[in-house]
Parts: sequence; C-alpha cells; structure tokens
Amino acid sequence: MPDDLFDPLVWLILLPILWAVLTFLPGPGRGAVVAIVSLCLQLGCAVRLTADIIAHGARTHLAGGWPAPLGIPLAADGLAAAMLVLTQAVGLAVALYARSYFRDGSSLWFWPLTGFLFAGMNGLFLSGDLFNLYVTLELVGLAAVGLVANGGKAEQAAAALRYLMASLIGSGAYLFGVALVYGACGTVALDHLAGMISAPVPPALWLAFALMAAGLLLKTALFPLHYWLPPAHGDAPAPVSALLSALVVKASFYLFLRLWLGPFACLVALAPMLAWLPALLGSAAVLYGSWMAIRAERLKMLIAYSTVAQLGYLFLIFPVFGGGALALQAGLLHATAHGTAKAAMFIAAGTLIRVGENDSVRGMAGVANQLPVTLFAFALAGVSLMGLPPSGGFLAKWLLIDAALSSGQLWIAVVAITGGLLASVYIFRVLHLAFRVPDGREELRPRPVPAAMEWTALLLATASVGLGLFAMPLFALLERVGT
Amino acid sequence: MLTLLAGLLVSALFDLPPAQIRLPVFVADHLAESGVRHPVTAVLLNFRGYDTFLEVVVLLLALVGVLASGLPKDRSPFTGNVLLQALARHALPLMLLAAVYLLWAGAHQPGGAFQAAAVLAAAAVLFELSGIRTSKRPDPRWFRRITSAGVLLFFAVAAAMLGNGALLQYPPEQAGFFILLIESGLTLSLAVNLAAFFLLRSTEPGDAQATDNEP
Amino acid sequence: MSSGLLFAIVGCLLFVFGLGGVILLDHLLRRILAFNLMGSGTFLVLVGLAQRDGTPDPVPQAMVLTGIVVAVAATALALALARRLHTGASNPPPPANPTCRDDRHA
Repeated sequence: MPDDLFDPLVWLILLPILWAVLTFLPGPGRGAVVAIVSLCLQLGCAVRLTADIIAHGARTHLAGGWPAPLGIPLAADGLAAAMLVLTQAVGLAVALYARSYFRDGSSLWFWPLTGFLFAGMNGLFLSGDLFNLYVTLELVGLAAVGLVANGGKAEQAAAALRYLMASLIGSGAYLFGVALVYGACGTVALDHLAGMISAPVPPALWLAFALMAAGLLLKTALFPLHYWLPPAHGDAPAPVSALLSALVVKASFYLFLRLWLGPFACLVALAPMLAWLPALLGSAAVLYGSWMAIRAERLKMLIAYSTVAQLGYLFLIFPVFGGGALALQAGLLHATAHGTAKAAMFIAAGTLIRVGENDSVRGMAGVANQLPVTLFAFALAGVSLMGLPPSGGFLAKWLLIDAALSSGQLWIAVVAITGGLLASVYIFRVLHLAFRVPDGREELRPRPVPAAMEWTALLLATASVGLGLFAMPLFALLERVGT
Repeated sequence: MLTLLAGLLVSALFDLPPAQIRLPVFVADHLAESGVRHPVTAVLLNFRGYDTFLEVVVLLLALVGVLASGLPKDRSPFTGNVLLQALARHALPLMLLAAVYLLWAGAHQPGGAFQAAAVLAAAAVLFELSGIRTSKRPDPRWFRRITSAGVLLFFAVAAAMLGNGALLQYPPEQAGFFILLIESGLTLSLAVNLAAFFLLRSTEPGDAQATDNEP
Repeated sequence: MSSGLLFAIVGCLLFVFGLGGVILLDHLLRRILAFNLMGSGTFLVLVGLAQRDGTPDPVPQAMVLTGIVVAVAATALALALARRLHTGASNPPPPANPTCRDDRHA
C-alpha cells in the first residue's frame, strides 16, 4: 500500500491545481518551467499508479474518508490508468513544445489554463461519482474554451464562444441525466449504480441515459454534433489544438464508455440495437470527416477534420463488444495511438506554419528541405493515422476488424478500411506537396528552429508508431477494468 | 420535437418506484461527527467537500478564462445617479454586516462562504455603479494573490488531511475548526473573484487591473 | 402529487424551454439566459425529484449549490466572450432583435 501522504492517485489531481495557481500568480506569459517539472512528476505518479494496479488490481480512494454513497469515491482501474498515462505523457511533450513555441511571454494565460485543464482531466478519469464527474467535465470544458480564447483575437473569441455553447449544452444535458438518476436511485456513486439498475428499468432512467449520452457525444464531436470542433481546433494556437484534439475529446469519450460499461450496462443488454446508433454516426463521421479533410484549404483545418474522422472510429467498437476483449482493446489502442499521432501532427503543423508563415496546405510546397525532422514527424504521425503497419493505428484497426468479423458485423470492417484509404489521400496530399521542389525558386535550405519544437513532434509520432509493437502492457491494464 | 421530449420527461417522472438508497438517513447518522450542525453545510464541506474544492477551482479558472478572453478598455458603468449614491452609502455597511452574519450562520442555518461572498461581491458592484469614487486602484499582483488565496488555502487543508488517511478527511474533533477556517478564508477570495467578473477592466493589452474596491 | 414532484415537473419544462432556447435562438445574450434556464430546471428536478416522498434531502441541495456556482462561472466566461465579440470584432454578430437595453453596459 502506498504511503497515504504521497498517494499518486490523489496527487494526479492536486499537482495540476497547484501549478495552475502558481503559474497564475506571477502574471501573464509565465510559468513554463513550473508546468514542465510538475508534468514530469505527474507522469511519474501515473506510471506508479499503473504499476500498482497491475500488481494489486483496481484502487479506490475515498475523498473525505466517507464511503460511497455518502462521500465521493475516487477510483482507478486499468482503463483509467491507461488514459492517465496517455494524458500526462502527451501533456509533457506538448508542454515542452509550447515552451519554445511561445517565446518571450506571448503565452499569456496558457500555463494556468493548461494546469486547470489537466486537473479536470485527471479528476475526470479518477472520479467514481456522477455529480463529481459533472464538475470535472465543466472544469475541462471551461479550461479548453479559455485556451481557445487565450490571446483575445476576434476569431478566437468567436470559435471559443461556439465551443462554449456546445460544451454547455452537452454538460447541461448530462447534468439533467444525473438529476434523473439521483431521483430514481438515491445515489450517484458509479459502483452502487451498476448493481442497482436492473430490469425492469423505469423510463426515467432510459431518458437519463439518452440525455447523458447525447451530451457526451456532443462533447466528443460525434457527427453530426461535430460542428464546433473544426473552428475551435483549427483556429487555436498549435499547442492548444494538440491538447484539444489529442486529449480533451478523449475525456468525454472515456466517460461515455464508462457509462456504457458501468451503470447503464443493463440498459445496453436489454436493447442491443442501441449500439448501432453510435456506430452508424461513427461511420458517417469517418466518411464525412475524411472528405472534408481532403478538401481543406488550411493545414490546421485539414488536421481538425481528420480528428472528426478519427473520433468516428472510436464509436465503431460499440456493436462488437460481444466479441470478447477485442473491442475494448481496439478502442483504447485507437484512442492512445490517435492521441499521440494527432498531438504530433498538430505541433508539427505549428512549426511548419510558423516557419513558412503560411497556413494553407498549398503553402507546404517544398518544406521538406527546410524542416526535415518536423516533416518526418508529420509523416510518421500520418502513418499511424492511416493505419499502416506496424503502427499503433494499424494494430487498433486490425483489432477492430477482427472483432467486427467475429461478431458478423462486416460493414464495420468495411468502414474501417475505407477510412484508412481516405486518410491516406489527405495525408499524401500534404506530403506530396512538401517534397516537391517548386520550380522557379531557389533551393530552400533548412531553417533554424528550436530543437524542442522539432523533436517533441518526432517523439510523439514515434510513440504512436511504436504502440503497434509495444501494446501488450496496455492490454495487460485492460484486464483490470472494474465497474 | 421539444414538446415530445417534455412530454416524455414529465410522464417518466410519474412512473418512478421509490429510490433504493435514502441518503438523508446516512447524513443524519454522521452529522454529529461532521463538525457542523446544518446537514447541507455538512454535505457541502465535509461529506462532499471534494466537490466544493473543485467548484472553487472552477471559479478561479473562469476568472483566468475571462482574463484570457481580453478585457474591455472602457470604464465600468457609472450611472451618476445621486439617489443611487445615497442608497449605496446606507446599504453598503449593511451588506457587509449581512455577509459576515451569513458566513457565521452557515454552521447551523442556510448560509456559508458562497452566500457571504455573493453579498460582498454585490456590494462591490453597487459601490462601483453608484460612483463613490476612490483614487486607489488595486495592484494586479495583489488581485491575483487574493483570488488565488482561497484555492491555496483549501488545497493546503486538503493535502494536509492526507496524513490523516484520505484527501480532505478531517479528524472528527477538529472538523468544525477546519470547516470554519476554510469558509472564512474562502469568503474574501470568492468575493473578489465574483466581483472581478463584472468589474475587471484593462488599461493595456494583456494587463489586468481591477477597479473594484476592497471592503 | 407531492410538492417535490411538482417542482420536478416544472423543472423538466424549464429544462426543455432552456434547451430549445440555446439551440434555436440567435441572439447571444438570450442563448446565455436560456442556458441558465436549463440549469435552473435541472436544479429543480435534482431537489424536487429526490424529495418527492416529502422528506427533505440535503445531498441534492448541496449539489445544487455547487451547480449554481459552476453555472455562474460558465456564464461569466460566456459573457466575457460575448462582450469581447461585441466590442472588438469589425463585423459584430447581428442580434436577432436589436434592443438598446442589451448594449447599455457594453
């Protein structure tokens, strides 16, 4: 048992709050070093927690010392631990990048807002109480909106406001669902609810599930509720886009998955056709998102639409849960591979745009000479997104197709393969331009760029590809998924 | 379609069997150990104190978000209405008194830090609107320190309690003391935070300067 | 029908009104107000439904207190962004029904 004073589970939530405040106190534009040191500590906590769980099974921590249903339990099982490691790792890499990206104090309030963002995300992954989850959901949402708005430009404010309204509708619907659940069951503790909700299920709980699901799907930008994502992720500064696309959308997906597997598992068992709805919308997301990415004019819009498409994959796993553990493995691996790859892609794009002073896709012509490392990182991330072996993206799609075929859902396999092909179209669009030497212009030489900016992108992209080879520890964690 | 939703929801309400778990019983059973006499305060600051901690963090976060969005340059509204000024001169001391009472009363009646902070913030806004001028403009650094102080205090207590077994787990004999400590410490911080939502103005790009008064 | 259930029914109606408002309305300030209406409806359901058998329940009341604070924080951020859009953009979004009342405190 770990020493209570230094319980990694609790410090994963406390540390980000601390550095959010500490980076707020000195004023705008400060705080990079504090944040980076703290993220290292957080990554250590996440790894230690993971080791703990693999050795001893899922862990709980009762906030206030009161057991549920009176108090708020914090809980960490394999799935939560995996998300925590992903979040801290990607966060650390993006933070290192952001320190170089925001030179001379232009970061304004980026660091305190990011601290709050991590506090919210970690709090969300560790919470075992539906209402507490609402508070963490809002923490994440408001921090993300703040990050989009940070800087005060009018386009940012517009994108941020659209994002905020969508986020508030989502969490508002979720909260109403929680109100119904409390009224029906008398508690909002996840572990108690899983046992309490059984047939016959009162209509109020069906409605609660519908509202909570709708709210969370809106926050995860599932087609057709994705309208807020491209402007928010496309117009924000590169490190912010990386955090949003790689991590924030995964948080609401995690919560949806948690509800599906936990308290509302009985409802899912009673109505298996329910699983088709997210899967159908996911398929539409894959096709529509890829199509819009192919047609995108601006590089960051291309990447943002790619996120819409990739998020669709996550929802394809729901009809195939009958195929054993494969579905969960596919989902988690895809979330992790996409998280690392998308973060790599956005920060590589940030470097490319900053150096080229041009944010359109056509402006990427000839950039291979100027920024070879960054472009390699972009390409490597693209490999994972396309699903080429041996990357993490490939393994995730393979598992998904395997699960789909063994459950007899052939169409899901078809969608997965088609999505991969479409992804290759928009990835190669960029790469093809990048490697071309433009005629009539002199040979462009490599431009100096802070090493941190290039190598963090490469690190993340390599991680995404490497996941295909080293996925076993991730799957070991999944055997420890409790309800 | 919305009417359909409304209809479904309302009809679902009638079809509910009684809840299996009755939390009021749990609360009543443990109220004696909680350190306060009012059940809602006990839930808010002891049983579900972690939620309250996060909620204070959310308020500070919103403040940073407001700062990040860019502050307007114009002065906050000032009506110049003499009647309002006269009213304010009488009302403000009463509001301060009410806030202190609300804070103290929270232990055994509805009340507490948030309510007191709301009254204080309203007092600050009234002060500004009525145009009772002061030449003192608070330092942005102190503004940040005061608003952060609430979260830091709560954080310190929560972390210190880890030595006692769990996050925010008060020892039963001292629970009342810690709750009072947190509530008092939070009030000023929250009041400045809330008032700042309304009153903050910028003088230069990227620099935040508060025009609210400290009570 | 107990008073708790009555509160809950009204809460449902308010929530649906608010939701409709946020989705369907154009004017920013009205949408923000509609969001607050959604919140109020949710709080009514939270408290009313839990007390439908007549016994007061402190837990949802505490939850509502927390919820109100979170809603205030969100509203503050939304208003700050709306204010930024109104004063800063070269083409401010046209309100559905321009009224001077809304612009007085810009």
